[in-house]
Amino acid sequence: MAIRLRAFERLRLDNVSRNFGTLNALKNVSLDVTRGEFIALLGPSGCGKSTALNCLAGLLPLTAGSIWLDDKRLDQLKPEARGFGMVFQNYALFPHMTARRNVAFGLMMQRRPKAEVEKMVDEALALVRLTEQGGKLPGQLSGGQQQRVAIARAIVVQPPLVLMDEPLSNLDAKLRLEMRAEIRRIHNLLGSTTIYVTHDQDEALSLADRIVVLRDGMVRQVGTPEDLYARPAHADVAEFMGYRNLLPSRATASGDGRMSVTLGSATLMGTPIENVGSGDATIAIRPEDLTPGPDAPISAVVETAEYRGRDFYGTARMPDNTELFFRSDRKVASGETVHLGADPARVLVYARPAA
Amino acid sequence: MTNQSLPMPHSSLNDRVPLRLRLAQRGIDGVTLLVVPAALFILLLFVYPFLYGLLLSVRPKAETAGRFANYVRFFSDPFLYDTILTTLKLALPVTIINVLMSIPVALRVRLLTRQRLLTTILVLPVTLGAVLVAEGLLNYLGPQGWLNRTLMTFGLISSPIRLVHNYWGVFIALIIHSFPFTFLLTLSYVTGIDPSLEHAASTLGAGPRARFRYILLPLLLPGLAITFCLSFVQDFAVFPSAVLLGAPAGPTRVISLAAYQAAFEEYDYSMASAVAMIMGFVQLVIVVAVLTSRGLFYRGPAGGAKG
Repeated sequence: MAIRLRAFERLRLDNVSRNFGTLNALKNVSLDVTRGEFIALLGPSGCGKSTALNCLAGLLPLTAGSIWLDDKRLDQLKPEARGFGMVFQNYALFPHMTARRNVAFGLMMQRRPKAEVEKMVDEALALVRLTEQGGKLPGQLSGGQQQRVAIARAIVVQPPLVLMDEPLSNLDAKLRLEMRAEIRRIHNLLGSTTIYVTHDQDEALSLADRIVVLRDGMVRQVGTPEDLYARPAHADVAEFMGYRNLLPSRATASGDGRMSVTLGSATLMGTPIENVGSGDATIAIRPEDLTPGPDAPISAVVETAEYRGRDFYGTARMPDNTELFFRSDRKVASGETVHLGADPARVLVYARPAA
Repeated sequence: MTNQSLPMPHSSLNDRVPLRLRLAQRGIDGVTLLVVPAALFILLLFVYPFLYGLLLSVRPKAETAGRFANYVRFFSDPFLYDTILTTLKLALPVTIINVLMSIPVALRVRLLTRQRLLTTILVLPVTLGAVLVAEGLLNYLGPQGWLNRTLMTFGLISSPIRLVHNYWGVFIALIIHSFPFTFLLTLSYVTGIDPSLEHAASTLGAGPRARFRYILLPLLLPGLAITFCLSFVQDFAVFPSAVLLGAPAGPTRVISLAAYQAAFEEYDYSMASAVAMIMGFVQLVIVVAVLTSRGLFYRGPAGGAKG
């Protein structure tokens, strides 16, 4: 493989902030990235993830803080001086250039010899499996092909860091899965360092080595996909990671590191994540962990049940009108009363959010 | 061939798609009728006068003269045929300068938050009209005008420079008067270019110059060609400023002036029509030349995404 990415050891964001007027889009974001990592910036829309990426690329100046690549300070440099590869959400392919010339553009800017440019473009196009399409204009390519041209264009200049801004959000579901695998394959093949912005938790979980969850411009949690999936650090992160049952509760400490929590008239055991003590708490349970059982403590009436092939997913209402999302192995019908329970390790207990 | 040899003569008649549907498939339906007023308008206000003028121009005033006597006269009299060159000498540089100037201004204005205010200020000369601009310039640039007085006060010049009643007076007035029009057209083309294309180019190492040369300019050229044509046609028809600020007897005797003199001083409408036809032909040649070269450029959408 002749495409070699320029090496660095460490990328460091130090208290990076960015304001738009009075709005703080990013608040004191600090992050360390090691070479070769695949980092996903995950968060709902408006959380500042795209702002963070644009700040890294140099397209937006910082309001405060600094960005370092090893011991070189980057945040004062213009985007053209940083040399990061960036894949844009709308691909931003140059519409008047063929796919080949799009890919060659960055190399042309580096004034490399023509023969070398041709060779590198060939390799990059082969890498994204578009050798045949090189002579076409972007308007003649499908969405997935345009996407791959955009990736080839970003990586052919051998950037130390590849930035991707929701690159899959414009594709249909099937193509998205294919391109997801493709992006990870290219990342592994080149040993590149990638920062990937997405609002799709599945995408982040399946692609990233580490996930940075942002909310309201602040870093809420940094961790491996396993960490985030099993032990979200805060209730809002849990909500974002698919813990659909987020319920107000009262907690009492019990022995062996567990807590006993109330849910309506029912009591179940849970695992404290935040320092709760005894008192008001929020409990988080994934729908797939809340299942019917003979001795389960929560009784509720099934409202809807959807068949999902292997099992059923449904909603049920407790007598106090609390809505629950649950999973069942056996068929349940609406109107039926079920008894639901969950493994104490899968019932996460958080401090009640201030709001 | 008889009717009987056809397999199913009746059903083939019944199967025929109604005319209305067949027309609709070609995009012709009730809504198409809405084009009628516009078509009538063009017919009455453009095609009819044009044809009338064309016919008039080949019916010379002098009964004995040949059919093309007016055209022969025009191209044998330097006082007449020189007006083409005189007009081109004004209109071409003014249009080129305006188009070139409008690019950097439009590129800057597109980034402004108070775009509307600036646009309003720039559009003002158009709404004021050529006569008012000419009058203002007459005072401003005249021998006793502010400009000359200021320059003399500062000792930059010893005697007033002549900026009115010559080529430069018309030149300046034409620039001022047609810049806003050119600028607004260019601005609309500039704002049509997706800013993310420039961002992408900059992350690929292109500085401002390279971004302009390889991204903005190629995407703008087709639009600039149109802008050039429209501005040129406007500038070629220069009349008020040529009379008020120029030297209509000589250096700024533009072609529209020749037509005016033929019509209202010699009362030779036929000759005036011939001049107008020649004027239209010269414009057409330039416009066709520019638009043909436009075919050499990329002409698709200037966005970065799939449409």
